[in-house]
Amino acid sequence: MNITEKILARASGKSSVAPDDIIFANVDKAMIHDVSGPGVIKVFEKLQKQGISTDRLWNSSKVWVAEDHFVPSAEKISAENIVKLTKFTKQYGIEKHFKYGMGQYGICHTLSHEEAMVLPGEVYVGGDSHTNTTGALGAFACGLGHTDVAYVLLNGRIWFKIPETLYFKLNGKLPDHMMAKDLILKIIGDIGTEGAAYYAMQFGGSGISEMSVESRLTLCNMTTEAGAKNGIIEPDQKIFDYLSQRGATKYTPVYGDADAEYAKVYEYEASELEPTIAKPYSPENIATVRDIAGVELDKSYIGSCTGAKYEDLEAAAKILKGRQVKIRTEVLPAAISIYKRAMENGLIKIFLDAGVTVGPPTCGACCGAHMGVLAKDEICISTTNRNFPGRMGHVESQTYLASPLVAAASAVTGKITDPRDL
Amino acid sequence: MGKVIKYEKDNIDTDVILPGQYLKLHDYDEIAKHAMEGIDPNFHSKVQKGDFLVAGRNFGCGSSREHAPIALSQCGIKGVIAVTFARIFYRNAVDGGFLLPIEVDEETYKKISDGDQIEIDISKNQIKNLTKNQIYSMKPFSEIVAKIIEAGGLFKYKPD
Repeated sequence: MNITEKILARASGKSSVAPDDIIFANVDKAMIHDVSGPGVIKVFEKLQKQGISTDRLWNSSKVWVAEDHFVPSAEKISAENIVKLTKFTKQYGIEKHFKYGMGQYGICHTLSHEEAMVLPGEVYVGGDSHTNTTGALGAFACGLGHTDVAYVLLNGRIWFKIPETLYFKLNGKLPDHMMAKDLILKIIGDIGTEGAAYYAMQFGGSGISEMSVESRLTLCNMTTEAGAKNGIIEPDQKIFDYLSQRGATKYTPVYGDADAEYAKVYEYEASELEPTIAKPYSPENIATVRDIAGVELDKSYIGSCTGAKYEDLEAAAKILKGRQVKIRTEVLPAAISIYKRAMENGLIKIFLDAGVTVGPPTCGACCGAHMGVLAKDEICISTTNRNFPGRMGHVESQTYLASPLVAAASAVTGKITDPRDL
Repeated sequence: MGKVIKYEKDNIDTDVILPGQYLKLHDYDEIAKHAMEGIDPNFHSKVQKGDFLVAGRNFGCGSSREHAPIALSQCGIKGVIAVTFARIFYRNAVDGGFLLPIEVDEETYKKISDGDQIEIDISKNQIKNLTKNQIYSMKPFSEIVAKIIEAGGLFKYKPD
Protein backbone atom coordinates (compact mmCIF):
# COMPACT_ATOMS: atom_id res chain seq x y z
CA MET A 1 0.00 0.00 0.00
CA ASN A 2 1.06 3.61 -0.58
CA ILE A 3 0.82 6.32 2.10
CA THR A 4 -2.76 7.37 1.25
CA GLU A 5 -3.96 3.76 1.32
CA LYS A 6 -2.16 3.03 4.58
CA ILE A 7 -3.60 6.05 6.36
CA LEU A 8 -7.11 5.22 5.18
CA ALA A 9 -6.71 1.52 6.06
CA ARG A 10 -5.62 2.43 9.58
CA ALA A 11 -8.46 4.95 9.93
CA SER A 12 -11.06 2.40 8.87
CA GLY A 13 -9.71 -0.42 11.02
CA LYS A 14 -8.69 -2.58 8.06
CA SER A 15 -5.42 -4.40 7.55
CA SER A 16 -5.41 -3.44 3.90
CA VAL A 17 -7.39 -1.48 1.35
CA ALA A 18 -7.20 -1.19 -2.44
CA PRO A 19 -8.36 1.45 -4.94
CA ASP A 20 -12.16 1.64 -5.35
CA ASP A 21 -12.86 0.07 -1.92
CA ILE A 22 -15.52 2.03 -0.04
CA ILE A 23 -14.59 2.66 3.58
CA PHE A 24 -15.87 4.66 6.53
CA ALA A 25 -12.80 6.43 7.94
CA ASN A 26 -12.54 7.68 11.52
CA VAL A 27 -11.56 11.32 11.31
CA ASP A 28 -8.78 12.78 13.47
CA LYS A 29 -9.35 16.49 12.83
CA ALA A 30 -12.11 18.56 11.25
CA MET A 31 -12.15 22.23 10.29
CA ILE A 32 -14.88 24.77 9.47
CA HIS A 33 -14.61 28.46 8.59
CA ASP A 34 -16.88 31.48 8.21
CA VAL A 35 -18.41 30.10 4.99
CA SER A 36 -18.64 26.37 5.72
CA GLY A 37 -19.43 26.93 9.42
CA PRO A 38 -22.70 28.77 8.82
CA GLY A 39 -23.36 26.14 6.11
CA VAL A 40 -22.96 23.39 8.71
CA ILE A 41 -25.20 25.32 11.13
CA LYS A 42 -27.86 25.38 8.38
CA VAL A 43 -27.53 21.58 7.99
CA PHE A 44 -27.87 21.20 11.78
CA GLU A 45 -31.11 23.25 11.66
CA LYS A 46 -32.48 20.96 8.93
CA LEU A 47 -31.54 17.88 10.96
CA GLN A 48 -33.26 19.23 14.07
CA LYS A 49 -36.47 19.64 12.03
CA GLN A 50 -36.12 16.00 11.00
CA GLY A 51 -35.75 14.93 14.63
CA ILE A 52 -32.04 14.08 14.34
CA SER A 53 -30.11 15.14 17.44
CA THR A 54 -27.39 17.75 17.06
CA ASP A 55 -26.95 18.20 20.82
CA ARG A 56 -23.35 17.02 20.96
CA LEU A 57 -20.40 16.85 18.63
CA TRP A 58 -18.42 13.65 18.33
CA ASN A 59 -15.39 15.35 19.88
CA SER A 60 -15.15 19.13 20.27
CA SER A 61 -11.41 18.98 20.93
CA LYS A 62 -10.82 17.62 17.39
CA VAL A 63 -12.75 20.40 15.70
CA TRP A 64 -11.21 23.76 14.97
CA VAL A 65 -12.51 26.94 13.45
CA ALA A 66 -11.03 29.66 11.24
CA GLU A 67 -12.35 33.05 10.20
CA ASP A 68 -10.92 33.83 6.80
CA HIS A 69 -13.19 34.38 3.82
CA PHE A 70 -15.11 37.56 4.63
CA VAL A 71 -12.97 38.94 7.47
CA PRO A 72 -12.52 41.50 8.84
CA SER A 73 -16.29 41.43 8.31
CA ALA A 74 -16.91 42.77 4.83
CA GLU A 75 -20.51 43.94 5.47
CA LYS A 76 -23.57 43.11 7.57
CA ILE A 77 -24.21 39.56 6.40
CA SER A 78 -20.58 38.51 6.92
CA ALA A 79 -20.64 40.14 10.35
CA GLU A 80 -23.71 38.08 11.23
CA ASN A 81 -21.96 34.92 10.03
CA ILE A 82 -19.08 35.63 12.42
CA VAL A 83 -21.58 36.05 15.27
CA LYS A 84 -23.24 32.74 14.33
CA LEU A 85 -19.85 31.01 14.24
CA THR A 86 -18.92 32.44 17.64
CA LYS A 87 -22.20 31.21 19.17
CA PHE A 88 -21.67 27.80 17.62
CA THR A 89 -18.19 27.28 19.05
CA LYS A 90 -19.37 28.47 22.48
CA GLN A 91 -22.41 26.17 22.43
CA TYR A 92 -20.37 23.09 21.49
CA GLY A 93 -17.31 23.92 23.58
CA ILE A 94 -14.90 24.21 20.65
CA GLU A 95 -11.81 25.87 22.10
CA LYS A 96 -9.67 26.19 18.97
CA HIS A 97 -11.45 29.11 17.33
CA PHE A 98 -9.01 31.55 15.72
CA LYS A 99 -10.78 34.92 15.87
CA TYR A 100 -9.72 37.99 13.94
CA GLY A 101 -8.75 40.82 16.21
CA MET A 102 -7.79 38.39 18.96
CA GLY A 103 -4.20 37.35 18.35
CA GLN A 104 -3.39 34.58 15.93
CA TYR A 105 -5.85 34.15 13.07
CA GLY A 106 -5.56 33.64 9.35
CA ILE A 107 -6.50 31.51 6.40
CA CYS A 108 -7.60 28.05 7.57
CA HIS A 109 -5.05 26.15 5.42
CA THR A 110 -2.24 28.35 6.70
CA LEU A 111 -3.27 27.86 10.33
CA SER A 112 -3.42 24.11 9.72
CA HIS A 113 0.40 24.09 9.47
CA GLU A 114 1.40 27.29 11.28
CA GLU A 115 -0.44 26.08 14.39
CA ALA A 116 0.31 22.37 13.81
CA MET A 117 -3.43 21.65 13.85
CA VAL A 118 -2.89 18.57 11.69
CA LEU A 119 -0.20 15.92 12.15
CA PRO A 120 1.45 13.20 10.06
CA GLY A 121 -0.63 10.05 9.63
CA GLU A 122 -3.93 11.74 10.47
CA VAL A 123 -7.20 11.87 8.54
CA TYR A 124 -8.13 15.54 8.27
CA VAL A 125 -11.25 16.91 6.61
CA GLY A 126 -12.22 20.54 6.17
CA GLY A 127 -15.14 22.47 4.79
CA ASP A 128 -13.02 23.95 2.04
CA SER A 129 -11.68 22.52 -1.20
CA HIS A 130 -8.08 23.55 -0.51
CA THR A 131 -7.96 21.34 2.59
CA ASN A 132 -5.67 19.24 0.35
CA THR A 133 -2.90 21.71 1.32
CA THR A 134 -2.10 20.04 4.62
CA GLY A 135 -1.33 16.67 3.03
CA ALA A 136 2.16 18.13 2.69
CA LEU A 137 2.67 17.21 6.36
CA GLY A 138 2.04 13.53 5.58
CA ALA A 139 -1.67 13.48 6.47
CA PHE A 140 -4.68 12.44 4.40
CA ALA A 141 -6.28 15.86 3.94
CA CYS A 142 -9.47 16.24 1.95
CA GLY A 143 -12.05 18.95 1.33
CA LEU A 144 -15.76 18.28 1.86
CA GLY A 145 -19.07 20.15 1.63
CA HIS A 146 -21.36 21.26 4.46
CA THR A 147 -23.45 18.09 4.75
CA ASP A 148 -20.37 15.86 4.86
CA VAL A 149 -18.63 18.06 7.43
CA ALA A 150 -21.83 18.18 9.52
CA TYR A 151 -21.87 14.37 9.37
CA VAL A 152 -18.26 14.24 10.56
CA LEU A 153 -18.91 16.72 13.39
CA LEU A 154 -21.74 14.52 14.68
CA ASN A 155 -20.40 11.05 13.90
CA GLY A 156 -16.62 11.37 13.72
CA ARG A 157 -16.41 9.42 10.49
CA ILE A 158 -17.17 9.70 6.79
CA TRP A 159 -17.20 7.51 3.69
CA PHE A 160 -14.45 7.55 1.11
CA LYS A 161 -13.65 5.61 -2.01
CA ILE A 162 -9.98 4.64 -1.85
CA PRO A 163 -8.35 6.64 -4.65
CA GLU A 164 -5.68 5.49 -7.05
CA THR A 165 -2.50 7.54 -6.73
CA LEU A 166 -0.61 9.55 -9.33
CA TYR A 167 3.03 9.94 -8.32
CA PHE A 168 4.96 13.08 -9.33
CA LYS A 169 8.71 12.81 -9.03
CA LEU A 170 10.91 15.90 -9.11
CA ASN A 171 14.57 15.22 -9.84
CA GLY A 172 16.97 17.90 -8.63
CA LYS A 173 16.59 21.18 -6.78
CA LEU A 174 14.51 23.97 -8.30
CA PRO A 175 16.74 26.89 -9.34
CA ASP A 176 16.54 30.19 -7.38
CA HIS A 177 14.26 31.94 -9.88
CA MET A 178 11.70 29.13 -9.58
CA MET A 179 9.18 28.31 -6.89
CA ALA A 180 6.91 25.35 -6.12
CA LYS A 181 4.10 27.35 -7.73
CA ASP A 182 5.85 27.11 -11.11
CA LEU A 183 6.07 23.33 -10.79
CA ILE A 184 2.46 22.78 -9.78
CA LEU A 185 1.20 25.05 -12.58
CA LYS A 186 3.34 23.05 -15.03
CA ILE A 187 1.88 19.79 -13.69
CA ILE A 188 -1.71 21.08 -13.95
CA GLY A 189 -0.96 22.28 -17.46
CA ASP A 190 0.31 18.80 -18.34
CA ILE A 191 -2.49 16.72 -16.82
CA GLY A 192 -5.36 19.24 -17.01
CA THR A 193 -7.93 20.40 -14.45
CA GLU A 194 -9.57 16.99 -14.62
CA GLY A 195 -6.29 15.10 -14.84
CA ALA A 196 -6.31 13.93 -11.24
CA ALA A 197 -10.08 13.78 -10.68
CA TYR A 198 -10.79 11.23 -7.93
CA TYR A 199 -7.04 10.47 -7.62
CA ALA A 200 -4.53 11.12 -4.87
CA MET A 201 -1.53 13.17 -6.03
CA GLN A 202 1.69 12.22 -4.28
CA PHE A 203 4.98 14.09 -4.66
CA GLY A 204 8.47 12.73 -4.11
CA GLY A 205 12.02 12.60 -5.39
CA SER A 206 15.19 14.52 -4.60
CA GLY A 207 13.65 17.85 -5.62
CA ILE A 208 10.87 17.43 -3.05
CA SER A 209 13.36 16.47 -0.31
CA GLU A 210 15.24 19.69 -1.12
CA MET A 211 12.07 21.75 -0.84
CA SER A 212 11.06 23.68 2.26
CA VAL A 213 7.90 22.69 4.11
CA GLU A 214 6.09 25.79 2.82
CA SER A 215 6.96 24.96 -0.80
CA ARG A 216 5.55 21.46 -0.34
CA LEU A 217 2.36 23.04 1.02
CA THR A 218 2.06 25.08 -2.20
CA LEU A 219 2.24 21.88 -4.26
CA CYS A 220 -0.43 20.06 -2.27
CA ASN A 221 -2.62 23.18 -2.12
CA MET A 222 -3.11 23.23 -5.88
CA THR A 223 -3.75 19.50 -6.30
CA THR A 224 -7.37 20.64 -5.88
CA GLU A 225 -7.05 22.44 -9.21
CA ALA A 226 -6.28 19.13 -10.94
CA GLY A 227 -9.40 17.63 -9.36
CA ALA A 228 -7.50 15.49 -6.83
CA LYS A 229 -9.09 14.01 -3.73
CA ASN A 230 -5.90 14.70 -1.79
CA GLY A 231 -2.30 15.77 -2.20
CA ILE A 232 0.31 14.08 -0.07
CA ILE A 233 4.05 13.88 0.64
CA GLU A 234 5.76 11.36 2.88
CA PRO A 235 7.04 13.25 5.93
CA ASP A 236 10.77 13.68 6.59
CA GLN A 237 13.00 15.40 9.17
CA LYS A 238 12.10 18.85 7.78
CA ILE A 239 8.45 18.17 8.64
CA PHE A 240 9.30 16.82 12.09
CA ASP A 241 11.47 19.88 12.84
CA TYR A 242 8.78 22.23 11.54
CA LEU A 243 6.17 20.61 13.77
CA SER A 244 8.37 20.43 16.85
CA GLN A 245 9.07 24.19 16.50
CA ARG A 246 5.32 24.51 16.84
CA GLY A 247 5.10 22.25 19.88
CA ALA A 248 3.88 19.07 18.18
CA THR A 249 5.95 15.97 18.81
CA LYS A 250 3.43 13.16 19.39
CA TYR A 251 2.22 11.48 16.24
CA THR A 252 2.82 8.37 14.17
CA PRO A 253 4.13 9.09 10.68
CA VAL A 254 2.98 6.72 7.95
CA TYR A 255 5.00 5.65 4.90
CA GLY A 256 4.15 3.64 1.81
CA ASP A 257 5.42 0.07 1.53
CA ALA A 258 8.40 -0.73 -0.68
CA ASP A 259 6.02 -2.35 -3.16
CA ALA A 260 3.47 0.47 -3.06
CA GLU A 261 1.51 0.84 -6.28
CA TYR A 262 0.82 3.98 -8.27
CA ALA A 263 -1.57 4.35 -11.21
CA LYS A 264 1.02 6.43 -13.04
CA VAL A 265 4.41 8.02 -12.37
CA TYR A 266 5.36 11.40 -13.85
CA GLU A 267 8.96 12.63 -13.75
CA TYR A 268 10.18 16.22 -13.91
CA GLU A 269 13.77 17.48 -14.14
CA ALA A 270 14.15 20.66 -12.08
CA SER A 271 16.81 22.01 -14.44
CA GLU A 272 14.39 21.85 -17.40
CA LEU A 273 11.56 23.80 -15.78
CA GLU A 274 10.78 27.45 -16.51
CA PRO A 275 8.85 30.11 -14.56
CA THR A 276 5.26 29.27 -15.44
CA ILE A 277 1.99 31.19 -15.50
CA ALA A 278 -1.65 30.23 -15.98
CA LYS A 279 -3.56 32.52 -18.32
CA PRO A 280 -7.27 33.28 -17.94
CA TYR A 281 -9.58 31.40 -17.43
CA SER A 282 -8.19 28.11 -16.18
CA PRO A 283 -5.25 26.92 -14.08
CA GLU A 284 -4.44 24.45 -16.90
CA ASN A 285 -4.07 27.24 -19.47
CA ILE A 286 -0.33 27.60 -18.92
CA ALA A 287 2.55 29.33 -20.70
CA THR A 288 6.11 30.10 -19.72
CA VAL A 289 6.38 33.59 -18.28
CA ARG A 290 8.85 34.60 -20.99
CA ASP A 291 6.44 33.45 -23.71
CA ILE A 292 3.81 35.94 -22.66
CA ALA A 293 6.05 38.58 -21.10
CA GLY A 294 4.87 42.13 -21.74
CA VAL A 295 1.13 41.63 -21.18
CA GLU A 296 -0.03 44.90 -19.56
CA LEU A 297 -1.45 44.58 -16.05
CA ASP A 298 -3.65 46.66 -13.74
CA LYS A 299 -2.90 44.91 -10.50
CA SER A 300 -0.67 42.48 -8.63
CA TYR A 301 -2.12 40.46 -5.74
CA ILE A 302 0.16 38.61 -3.33
CA GLY A 303 -2.13 36.77 -0.96
CA SER A 304 -4.06 33.55 -0.13
CA CYS A 305 -3.24 30.12 1.29
CA THR A 306 -1.34 29.40 -1.92
CA GLY A 307 0.85 32.48 -2.13
CA ALA A 308 1.18 34.43 1.13
CA LYS A 309 3.11 32.11 3.43
CA TYR A 310 6.33 33.47 4.93
CA GLU A 311 8.63 32.34 2.12
CA ASP A 312 6.18 33.74 -0.45
CA LEU A 313 6.48 37.16 1.20
CA GLU A 314 10.23 36.76 1.42
CA ALA A 315 10.42 36.02 -2.31
CA ALA A 316 8.29 39.06 -3.14
CA ALA A 317 10.39 41.26 -0.83
CA LYS A 318 13.60 40.09 -2.50
CA ILE A 319 12.28 41.58 -5.76
CA LEU A 320 10.59 44.68 -4.31
CA LYS A 321 13.49 45.79 -2.12
CA GLY A 322 14.60 49.27 -3.25
CA ARG A 323 12.11 49.28 -6.14
CA GLN A 324 8.71 50.89 -6.74
CA VAL A 325 5.55 49.20 -7.96
CA LYS A 326 4.04 50.55 -11.20
CA ILE A 327 0.57 49.05 -10.69
CA ARG A 328 -1.75 48.61 -7.70
CA THR A 329 -0.17 45.92 -5.55
CA GLU A 330 -1.52 44.27 -2.43
CA VAL A 331 0.24 41.97 0.00
CA LEU A 332 -1.94 40.10 2.48
CA PRO A 333 0.05 37.78 4.76
CA ALA A 334 -1.88 34.53 5.23
CA ALA A 335 -1.76 34.52 9.05
CA ILE A 336 -0.92 36.91 11.89
CA SER A 337 2.12 34.82 12.86
CA ILE A 338 3.48 35.29 9.32
CA TYR A 339 2.62 38.99 9.39
CA LYS A 340 4.60 39.38 12.64
CA ARG A 341 7.63 37.54 11.31
CA ALA A 342 7.49 39.67 8.15
CA MET A 343 7.37 42.77 10.34
CA GLU A 344 10.24 41.66 12.57
CA ASN A 345 12.42 40.83 9.57
CA GLY A 346 11.78 44.09 7.74
CA LEU A 347 9.63 42.70 4.91
CA ILE A 348 6.63 44.88 5.68
CA LYS A 349 8.79 48.01 5.47
CA ILE A 350 10.16 46.85 2.11
CA PHE A 351 6.57 46.45 0.85
CA LEU A 352 5.44 49.83 2.15
CA ASP A 353 8.53 51.56 0.80
CA ALA A 354 7.80 50.02 -2.61
CA GLY A 355 4.31 51.50 -2.55
CA VAL A 356 2.43 48.28 -1.79
CA THR A 357 -0.78 48.22 0.29
CA VAL A 358 -0.34 45.68 3.07
CA GLY A 359 -3.61 44.18 4.32
CA PRO A 360 -4.70 41.79 7.05
CA PRO A 361 -4.91 38.01 6.61
CA THR A 362 -8.03 37.14 4.61
CA CYS A 363 -9.11 35.05 1.62
CA GLY A 364 -10.25 38.48 0.41
CA ALA A 365 -10.09 39.02 -3.31
CA CYS A 366 -8.84 35.50 -4.06
CA CYS A 367 -12.45 34.34 -4.03
CA GLY A 368 -13.91 37.65 -5.18
CA ALA A 369 -15.16 38.39 -1.67
CA HIS A 370 -13.69 41.80 -0.79
CA MET A 371 -10.43 43.75 -0.23
CA GLY A 372 -9.41 44.43 -3.81
CA VAL A 373 -11.83 42.65 -6.15
CA LEU A 374 -11.46 43.28 -9.89
CA ALA A 375 -13.58 45.53 -12.12
CA LYS A 376 -14.71 44.67 -15.65
CA ASP A 377 -11.70 44.31 -17.98
CA GLU A 378 -9.15 44.69 -15.18
CA ILE A 379 -6.15 42.40 -15.53
CA CYS A 380 -4.45 41.01 -12.43
CA ILE A 381 -1.42 38.85 -11.76
CA SER A 382 -2.01 36.84 -8.63
CA THR A 383 -0.28 34.33 -6.38
CA THR A 384 -3.64 32.62 -5.74
CA ASN A 385 -4.94 29.30 -7.03
CA ARG A 386 -7.87 29.86 -9.41
CA ASN A 387 -8.60 32.11 -12.36
CA PHE A 388 -12.07 31.02 -13.44
CA PRO A 389 -14.35 33.68 -14.97
CA GLY A 390 -15.36 36.04 -12.17
CA ARG A 391 -13.19 34.33 -9.58
CA MET A 392 -11.62 37.58 -8.34
CA GLY A 393 -14.44 39.94 -9.21
CA HIS A 394 -16.18 40.91 -12.44
CA VAL A 395 -16.86 38.02 -14.79
CA GLU A 396 -14.97 39.92 -17.52
CA SER A 397 -11.91 40.63 -15.38
CA GLN A 398 -8.80 38.51 -16.01
CA THR A 399 -6.45 36.76 -13.62
CA TYR A 400 -3.02 35.32 -14.41
CA LEU A 401 -1.77 32.85 -11.77
CA ALA A 402 1.94 33.01 -10.96
CA SER A 403 4.56 32.60 -8.26
CA PRO A 404 5.25 35.45 -5.78
CA LEU A 405 8.57 36.10 -7.59
CA VAL A 406 6.78 36.60 -10.90
CA ALA A 407 3.91 38.60 -9.33
CA ALA A 408 6.42 40.92 -7.64
CA ALA A 409 8.59 41.35 -10.76
CA SER A 410 5.44 42.13 -12.76
CA ALA A 411 4.34 44.66 -10.13
CA VAL A 412 7.61 46.55 -10.68
CA THR A 413 7.25 46.75 -14.48
CA GLY A 414 3.45 46.81 -14.76
CA LYS A 415 3.73 43.98 -17.30
CA ILE A 416 4.10 40.23 -17.03
CA THR A 417 7.80 39.81 -16.28
CA ASP A 418 10.15 36.90 -15.68
CA PRO A 419 12.16 37.69 -12.53
CA ARG A 420 15.37 36.97 -14.46
CA ASP A 421 14.56 39.77 -16.89
CA LEU A 422 13.98 42.52 -14.34
CA MET B 1 -40.60 14.77 -16.90
CA GLY B 2 -38.50 17.89 -17.14
CA LYS B 3 -37.10 20.30 -19.66
CA VAL B 4 -33.42 20.40 -20.57
CA ILE B 5 -31.39 23.56 -20.04
CA LYS B 6 -28.14 22.89 -21.86
CA TYR B 7 -24.78 24.64 -21.72
CA GLU B 8 -22.35 23.22 -24.27
CA LYS B 9 -19.31 23.78 -22.10
CA ASP B 10 -16.74 21.76 -20.20
CA ASN B 11 -15.37 22.78 -16.78
CA ILE B 12 -18.40 24.75 -15.61
CA ASP B 13 -16.91 25.67 -12.25
CA THR B 14 -18.40 26.55 -8.90
CA ASP B 15 -17.58 30.24 -9.36
CA VAL B 16 -19.86 30.18 -12.41
CA ILE B 17 -22.56 28.13 -10.65
CA LEU B 18 -22.57 30.39 -7.58
CA PRO B 19 -20.06 33.28 -7.56
CA GLY B 20 -17.82 33.65 -4.48
CA GLN B 21 -19.30 36.96 -3.40
CA TYR B 22 -22.54 35.12 -2.46
CA LEU B 23 -20.86 32.54 -0.21
CA LYS B 24 -21.90 34.67 2.75
CA LEU B 25 -25.55 33.81 1.96
CA HIS B 26 -27.07 30.80 3.68
CA ASP B 27 -30.77 31.32 2.94
CA TYR B 28 -31.50 28.78 0.19
CA ASP B 29 -33.95 31.04 -1.69
CA GLU B 30 -31.46 33.91 -1.68
CA ILE B 31 -28.70 31.59 -2.94
CA ALA B 32 -30.97 30.31 -5.73
CA LYS B 33 -31.43 33.82 -7.16
CA HIS B 34 -27.74 33.81 -8.16
CA ALA B 35 -27.56 30.30 -9.63
CA MET B 36 -25.44 30.10 -12.80
CA GLU B 37 -24.96 33.87 -12.65
CA GLY B 38 -21.46 33.56 -14.10
CA ILE B 39 -22.79 32.16 -17.37
CA ASP B 40 -26.52 32.97 -17.52
CA PRO B 41 -27.91 35.65 -15.20
CA ASN B 42 -31.48 34.71 -16.26
CA PHE B 43 -31.09 31.05 -15.26
CA HIS B 44 -33.17 31.42 -12.12
CA SER B 45 -36.25 32.55 -14.06
CA LYS B 46 -35.86 29.90 -16.78
CA VAL B 47 -36.07 26.86 -14.52
CA GLN B 48 -39.23 25.02 -13.63
CA LYS B 49 -39.38 22.36 -10.96
CA GLY B 50 -38.13 19.05 -12.31
CA ASP B 51 -35.91 20.47 -15.05
CA PHE B 52 -32.47 19.10 -15.92
CA LEU B 53 -29.21 20.94 -16.52
CA VAL B 54 -27.00 19.39 -19.21
CA ALA B 55 -23.28 20.18 -19.58
CA GLY B 56 -19.97 18.69 -20.70
CA ARG B 57 -16.94 17.42 -18.79
CA ASN B 58 -15.84 18.19 -15.22
CA PHE B 59 -19.06 19.89 -14.14
CA GLY B 60 -18.73 21.63 -10.76
CA CYS B 61 -14.95 21.82 -10.59
CA GLY B 62 -13.37 24.17 -8.09
CA SER B 63 -14.68 24.95 -4.65
CA SER B 64 -16.29 22.70 -2.04
CA ARG B 65 -19.14 25.19 -1.59
CA GLU B 66 -22.36 23.29 -1.07
CA HIS B 67 -24.00 26.50 -2.30
CA ALA B 68 -23.50 25.16 -5.86
CA PRO B 69 -25.86 22.14 -5.70
CA ILE B 70 -28.13 24.05 -3.29
CA ALA B 71 -28.50 26.92 -5.81
CA LEU B 72 -29.42 24.56 -8.65
CA SER B 73 -31.74 22.39 -6.58
CA GLN B 74 -33.52 25.33 -4.98
CA CYS B 75 -34.25 26.71 -8.47
CA GLY B 76 -35.98 23.43 -9.25
CA ILE B 77 -33.23 21.46 -11.02
CA LYS B 78 -33.84 17.74 -10.41
CA GLY B 79 -30.60 16.48 -11.92
CA VAL B 80 -27.47 17.53 -13.73
CA ILE B 81 -26.53 15.41 -16.74
CA ALA B 82 -22.84 15.73 -17.59
CA VAL B 83 -20.05 13.75 -19.21
CA THR B 84 -18.06 13.87 -15.95
CA PHE B 85 -18.32 15.60 -12.57
CA ALA B 86 -15.76 17.11 -10.21
CA ARG B 87 -15.65 15.02 -7.06
CA ILE B 88 -16.77 17.46 -4.34
CA PHE B 89 -19.73 18.73 -6.37
CA TYR B 90 -20.76 15.12 -6.97
CA ARG B 91 -20.48 14.22 -3.27
CA ASN B 92 -22.36 17.33 -2.18
CA ALA B 93 -25.18 16.65 -4.65
CA VAL B 94 -25.57 13.08 -3.39
CA ASP B 95 -24.78 13.34 0.34
CA GLY B 96 -26.89 16.48 0.76
CA GLY B 97 -29.73 14.84 -1.20
CA PHE B 98 -29.97 17.90 -3.44
CA LEU B 99 -29.96 16.55 -6.98
CA LEU B 100 -29.06 13.61 -9.19
CA PRO B 101 -25.60 13.79 -10.79
CA ILE B 102 -26.04 11.70 -13.93
CA GLU B 103 -23.07 10.75 -16.08
CA VAL B 104 -23.52 10.02 -19.78
CA ASP B 105 -21.10 9.40 -22.65
CA GLU B 106 -20.06 12.15 -25.08
CA GLU B 107 -22.42 10.87 -27.77
CA THR B 108 -25.47 11.04 -25.52
CA TYR B 109 -24.42 14.49 -24.34
CA LYS B 110 -24.41 15.65 -27.97
CA LYS B 111 -27.82 14.10 -28.71
CA ILE B 112 -29.65 15.92 -25.91
CA SER B 113 -30.69 19.44 -26.98
CA ASP B 114 -31.71 22.52 -25.09
CA GLY B 115 -35.46 22.47 -24.55
CA ASP B 116 -35.90 18.68 -24.95
CA GLN B 117 -38.33 17.05 -22.53
CA ILE B 118 -36.71 14.10 -20.76
CA GLU B 119 -37.45 11.53 -18.09
CA ILE B 120 -35.02 9.58 -15.91
CA ASP B 121 -35.55 5.95 -14.94
CA ILE B 122 -32.90 5.13 -12.34
CA SER B 123 -34.02 1.49 -12.02
CA LYS B 124 -33.19 0.93 -15.71
CA ASN B 125 -30.30 3.44 -15.88
CA GLN B 126 -32.15 5.10 -18.72
CA ILE B 127 -32.86 8.60 -19.96
CA LYS B 128 -35.95 8.92 -22.16
CA ASN B 129 -35.95 11.85 -24.57
CA LEU B 130 -39.68 12.42 -25.14
CA THR B 131 -39.11 15.24 -27.63
CA LYS B 132 -36.88 13.15 -29.90
CA ASN B 133 -38.36 9.80 -29.00
CA GLN B 134 -34.94 8.38 -28.08
CA ILE B 135 -33.66 6.34 -25.17
CA TYR B 136 -30.11 6.71 -23.83
CA SER B 137 -28.28 4.81 -21.16
CA MET B 138 -26.72 6.58 -18.21
CA LYS B 139 -23.72 5.41 -16.22
CA PRO B 140 -25.01 3.37 -13.25
CA PHE B 141 -24.44 4.86 -9.80
CA SER B 142 -21.90 3.04 -7.65
CA GLU B 143 -23.44 0.87 -4.93
CA ILE B 144 -22.95 3.33 -2.07
CA VAL B 145 -24.06 6.33 -4.13
CA ALA B 146 -27.22 4.47 -5.20
CA LYS B 147 -27.99 3.63 -1.57
CA ILE B 148 -27.44 7.20 -0.37
CA ILE B 149 -29.63 8.54 -3.18
CA GLU B 150 -32.33 6.01 -2.34
CA ALA B 151 -32.16 6.98 1.34
CA GLY B 152 -32.45 10.68 0.46
CA GLY B 153 -29.01 11.79 1.62
CA LEU B 154 -26.12 10.73 3.84
CA PHE B 155 -27.90 11.39 7.16
CA LYS B 156 -30.75 9.07 6.20
CA TYR B 157 -28.42 6.35 4.94
CA LYS B 158 -27.69 3.49 7.34
CA PRO B 159 -24.34 1.84 6.60
CA ASP B 160 -24.45 -1.98 6.56
